[in-house]
Amino acid sequence: MEVQSYFSSLDSLDGELATLNLGPTHPATHGIFQNVLKMNGERVVSAEPTIGYIHRAFEKLAEHRPYNQITPITDRLNYCSSPINNLGWHMTVEKLARIEVPKRAQYMRVIIMELARIADHLICNSVIGVDTGALTGFTYMFQERERIYDMYEEICGTRLTTNIGRIGGMERDFTPAFHKKLRDFLKTFPGRFEEFNRLLERNRIFMDRTIGAGPIAAERALSYGFTGPNLRACGVDYDVRVLEPYSSYEDFDFIIPVGTQGDTYDRFIVRQEEVRQSLRIIRQAYENLPEGPYHADVPAYYLPEKPDVYTKMEALIYHFKIVMGEVPIPKGEVYHAVEGANGELGFYLISDGGRQPYRLHFRRPCFIYYQAYPEMICGAMLSDAILTMSSLNVIAGELDA
Amino acid sequence: MKPELIVARIEQQSPGVLEHSYVAYDGMLTLETAPSRAWELLKFLRDDEMLHFHFLTTLFGVHYPHEQGRELCVVYQLHNWLQNARIRVKTFLSIEEPHLATVTNLWATADWMERETYDFFGIVFDGHPHLKRILNVEDLDVFPLRKEYRLEDGTRTDKDDRFFGRTGNEGRRFD
Repeated sequence: MEVQSYFSSLDSLDGELATLNLGPTHPATHGIFQNVLKMNGERVVSAEPTIGYIHRAFEKLAEHRPYNQITPITDRLNYCSSPINNLGWHMTVEKLARIEVPKRAQYMRVIIMELARIADHLICNSVIGVDTGALTGFTYMFQERERIYDMYEEICGTRLTTNIGRIGGMERDFTPAFHKKLRDFLKTFPGRFEEFNRLLERNRIFMDRTIGAGPIAAERALSYGFTGPNLRACGVDYDVRVLEPYSSYEDFDFIIPVGTQGDTYDRFIVRQEEVRQSLRIIRQAYENLPEGPYHADVPAYYLPEKPDVYTKMEALIYHFKIVMGEVPIPKGEVYHAVEGANGELGFYLISDGGRQPYRLHFRRPCFIYYQAYPEMICGAMLSDAILTMSSLNVIAGELDA
Repeated sequence: MKPELIVARIEQQSPGVLEHSYVAYDGMLTLETAPSRAWELLKFLRDDEMLHFHFLTTLFGVHYPHEQGRELCVVYQLHNWLQNARIRVKTFLSIEEPHLATVTNLWATADWMERETYDFFGIVFDGHPHLKRILNVEDLDVFPLRKEYRLEDGTRTDKDDRFFGRTGNEGRRFD
């Protein structure tokens, strides 16, 4: 009886509908998550996303790590734009500890965060191109991302999981090599980017494939908690950088691009324009980079210079205390949001005054908007569903935490 | 929006719904309400023309094992984009009967947030269309973010502090 009911509940190929497993390791999902689709021929009838394949218990881990050791965890959320996560976390702790970061460090952070946004959008948009059958742009944009990663390397020594910056400022000042690379990037990247843009923006095939694919109305998007480029593509100009400026974003002149239809094409165009705006912000921040220290004078949180640790008593004490997790942390609850590459990335931190957070909750934009995916693809063709997914820029690391 | 005005407005429109209200460390107004009235308060905050907290930013659980009868906490954070005001709503539940009305009928986004909260804390959202685990495996029999669960297997011996020149674990809770 039980066996029979099991089989009768299945929709098989000889019936009307077919069940299709998209993922968990399908190359088109660009990450490890699964969608169980019910297909009527080429059309999607219903979809059920299954996620959690790379869940690593970050919120539990964070309850067992001192504050500075949580930064590497944040790297692994949206790993296409790790610096934004890292710096967002530092700002959260600074908000809790009431640390004022010097202007220079804030501008440095802005430059880094906007580079990260460019890197993220480049990947997302060139992958939309790949999924419509245009591989060329992707190969060139990957080289540009490589140059951004080279710059990360100058700032923090690593490329993907950056662990960039420190609580209280930046780990080191911009090196001469970084200055050279950034100037070079600002000179040559815009041209190459526009070349990439010309390949796709008015491309007949690309437009036919993306216009009207996976649309969502602004009202539904708001109900689904959309933020970032995906929401702006629907025509809502919400941007944390403007509404609640952090790290001196109020000093810069930039616009928030919005779309109208909320479809794949609009998401593409919004991201393209955001790359240009990010370049504008970087130029402004770089040209007006203030002189001064690159970290706050907070010895209780910020590691001293290594030579000082060997020669000065004070520095040795602070070094020891920070490494052993003995930093003074006030009690309190803090929410801090930054405009991540995918939307509002929030850190909700509850501190009981102990070495590690009592509770740390990540508001992960991917996790929140990905639940709208079934609604966006029902009734659409399978190939549109793939495009919709890549244009949502779902990053498995951020999805699963 | 001034916190006092918001509180007064709520008190006026639905008396007795607030148990407690205060401005938190980071300056955000925090409201506490009984689990039975949480849905009502959230709906009011969303729909009221003056307050208009239309956007559910996040929703998650917290476990306070030492608070008898109110061990589990659910935090909602709302945002009014027009006036850029954020607000927190907290409600405390007993761990014996962690039931709360779902807000999926107010915000579609609450769907996975509530599933996540159920997955990690075992808080049951009554009326949720398909309340099941989301990030953990389906046959997991614990709610892992509750404080009684250690980060790692408690029977492991390779991380014994004594082998690292420390006696016991006093003061260090890194696991």
